[in-house]
Amino acid sequence: MKESRLRRRYRAERRYRFYGKAAIAFAVCFLFFFFVAIVSRALPAFSQHEVLLRVALPDNLLKNLSTAEGEDANISEGAARRMLDAALAQELGGGGSAHERRARRALLTPLAALDLKRRVENLSASSVSSLSPSLLLPSWSLSFALSSSSERFLRAQSGGEQVADPALSDMQRDMLTALDAKGLVAKRFNLAFFTRSDSRVPSAAGIRGALLGSLWALLIAFLLAFPLGVLTAVHLEEFAPRNRLSALIEVAIYNLAAVPSIVFGLLGLVVFLNWWQLPRSAPLTGGMVLALMTLPIVVVTARSALKAVPEGIRNAGLALGASHSQTVLHHVLPQAMPGILTGAIIGMARALGETAPLLMIGMVAFIAQAPATPLDPATTLPVQIFLWADHPDPAFSSRAAAAILVMLCFLVAMNAAAVLLRQAFERKRQR
Amino acid sequence: MTTPDKHTDKPAAAKRQRAKIRARAVNVYYGDKQALFQVALEVPHKQVTALIGPSGCGKSTFLRCINRMNDVIEGCRVEGELTIDGENVATLDPVALRARIGMVFQKPNPFPKSIYDNVAYGVRIHALAQNRKETDEIVRQSLARAGLEQEVASRLNDSATALSGGQQQRLCIARAIALQPDIILMDEPCSSLDPIATARIENLIAELSQNYTIVIVTHSMQQAARVSHRTVFFHLGRVVESGETTQIFTTPRRKQTERYITGRIG
Ligand SMILES: Nc1ncnc2c1ncn2[C@@H]1O[C@H](COP(=O)(O)OP(=O)(O)OP(=O)(O)O)[C@@H](O)[C@H]1O
Ligand SMILES: [Mg+2]
Repeated sequence: MKESRLRRRYRAERRYRFYGKAAIAFAVCFLFFFFVAIVSRALPAFSQHEVLLRVALPDNLLKNLSTAEGEDANISEGAARRMLDAALAQELGGGGSAHERRARRALLTPLAALDLKRRVENLSASSVSSLSPSLLLPSWSLSFALSSSSERFLRAQSGGEQVADPALSDMQRDMLTALDAKGLVAKRFNLAFFTRSDSRVPSAAGIRGALLGSLWALLIAFLLAFPLGVLTAVHLEEFAPRNRLSALIEVAIYNLAAVPSIVFGLLGLVVFLNWWQLPRSAPLTGGMVLALMTLPIVVVTARSALKAVPEGIRNAGLALGASHSQTVLHHVLPQAMPGILTGAIIGMARALGETAPLLMIGMVAFIAQAPATPLDPATTLPVQIFLWADHPDPAFSSRAAAAILVMLCFLVAMNAAAVLLRQAFERKRQR
Repeated sequence: MTTPDKHTDKPAAAKRQRAKIRARAVNVYYGDKQALFQVALEVPHKQVTALIGPSGCGKSTFLRCINRMNDVIEGCRVEGELTIDGENVATLDPVALRARIGMVFQKPNPFPKSIYDNVAYGVRIHALAQNRKETDEIVRQSLARAGLEQEVASRLNDSATALSGGQQQRLCIARAIALQPDIILMDEPCSSLDPIATARIENLIAELSQNYTIVIVTHSMQQAARVSHRTVFFHLGRVVESGETTQIFTTPRRKQTERYITGRIG
């Protein structure tokens, strides 16, 4: 009788262990598939084909450059386009009809001419004055990004598959094959993805603007929510008398932590934009909305961290003649700090991934310029992902996946920072 | 284990002249519940007074009245008159009062900081030292008087939480005497310690009683008999009997006291 019960208990034990392991295995599999899916979709965004062209500088530009008159060295976009046309014609041959010229030009990204113009300007602004005229070469070898359809074609070709892309004519395909055969096409790391902001053209679209927008918004959210939240928690936990009012505030805060984030967005729209007239789409306003959203999380976690500090520490401080606030400041708060920081970082991580409230305050616009201050219009990483994922061009959806990867990296970094901070505090305490 | 030679070194009558702490008609309420009823007692100067009595009879509550630690308990109300050196504690500033009165708790509660910082903390907040050197000296002396110096001299910067329970309790005593208080309150200081650590603390109490007025709450009759000069017996929030420890333990006047001491109530 007794033995059979014991056996049953062992069986139950094994069964529970198996359930636990199965749950973990399921979670790990899920994470694995998630990562494989994201990474495989994101990888194309991290590399880009470029074509090397010899661009001949027109004589009048050369003359201007050698006289080192910076402003005169500017060229019009039209002139740049003509220089590109000439360079393409030189590599690919072919006739000079407008139709053929357009076909050749369409191999490159639509921004190629603008890109060339900028490079010429940069050159004239910076190095030319120090260059002696004799060193100035009449033609440069420059790399240019390709158009989305060329990019797609080259990728398909290197993958060994044939796709009939209606966006490319047979002639254009032959041209690309010819360029590739000449060894002029190279696959490079797509630095532009990190150094540029949003663009209509996928090859020029990057996450810099969204990243800066997110960082500004997070900074503002942290600067507002952390001190306010910690002070609130300290007051409620350590100083406020336990009465009806503090109970009411406590319930309100717990409820606030459960309010859907879009409600905070509405609040921001009504209060910050319409009433206070703060700038639309700005990280300042976004940060304030995110602060509202994280504040209850910070308060709740900070309170439980303070509650976990043993009563003996408070008694020890008070009995030594430390005032109430000295006891809290010198002993209770440092003891609770690891927990408070963990809570704050969890709140910040949630804020980093938040989209809904930001849509309400207009952070969902197409913004091609990185914000220099928190007052400039900007988007944030999740909003940028939302915008790109919706785009019909598949080059954008791979960029969305890449942006997701970047965001995940930031989340991991934040969590690692939380762990490191905790350890640092613990080491300090052990000392 | 040395027992303080308490009845022969100085005449007891001379000591009784000066009451360090005097309580008259002290009532304490936790909310609606009354915990102490009309407590009246005297604690003589530079002697050890033991508070004994069954659990929940209000010993800790009375101890907390002395340094006004009851103030921080929500809903706790203290009535009546309690004087230290003739001054009513209710009229004193609690922070200044607590600096004059050391307190050692049942559970050792060192700050989670270094051993040095534990002792130096009170010295710093009350600015008892002019410079770092003086602080060092106070820390060293306090540790020495708490009988801890030899054990921790080489690791003053280690965390206090790494010490053993008995060492932690002595550190708490060192922390309290670093402020050079007149009075030390101890609430069951040995209840979480083994017999050897207990013996060390008891020796320490005997030594400290040369310079300090000590009030100690204890559940051990033997301990009360060993360390104290006077004993006060509490029961259900009232002082039943108080007097010389020898008298209480040999010829108690009240039946209740006798029953408690012989282990029949509690
Ligand atoms: N913070 C408090 N809130 C409410 N009631 C309390 C509080 N502290 C003590 N009491 C009550 O006051 C009475 C006396 O408690 P006290 O802690 O002084 O007893 P004690 O003699 O120290 O007991 P023990 O020997 O178990 O420590 C008890 O009935 C207890 O329930
Ligand atoms: Mg007690």
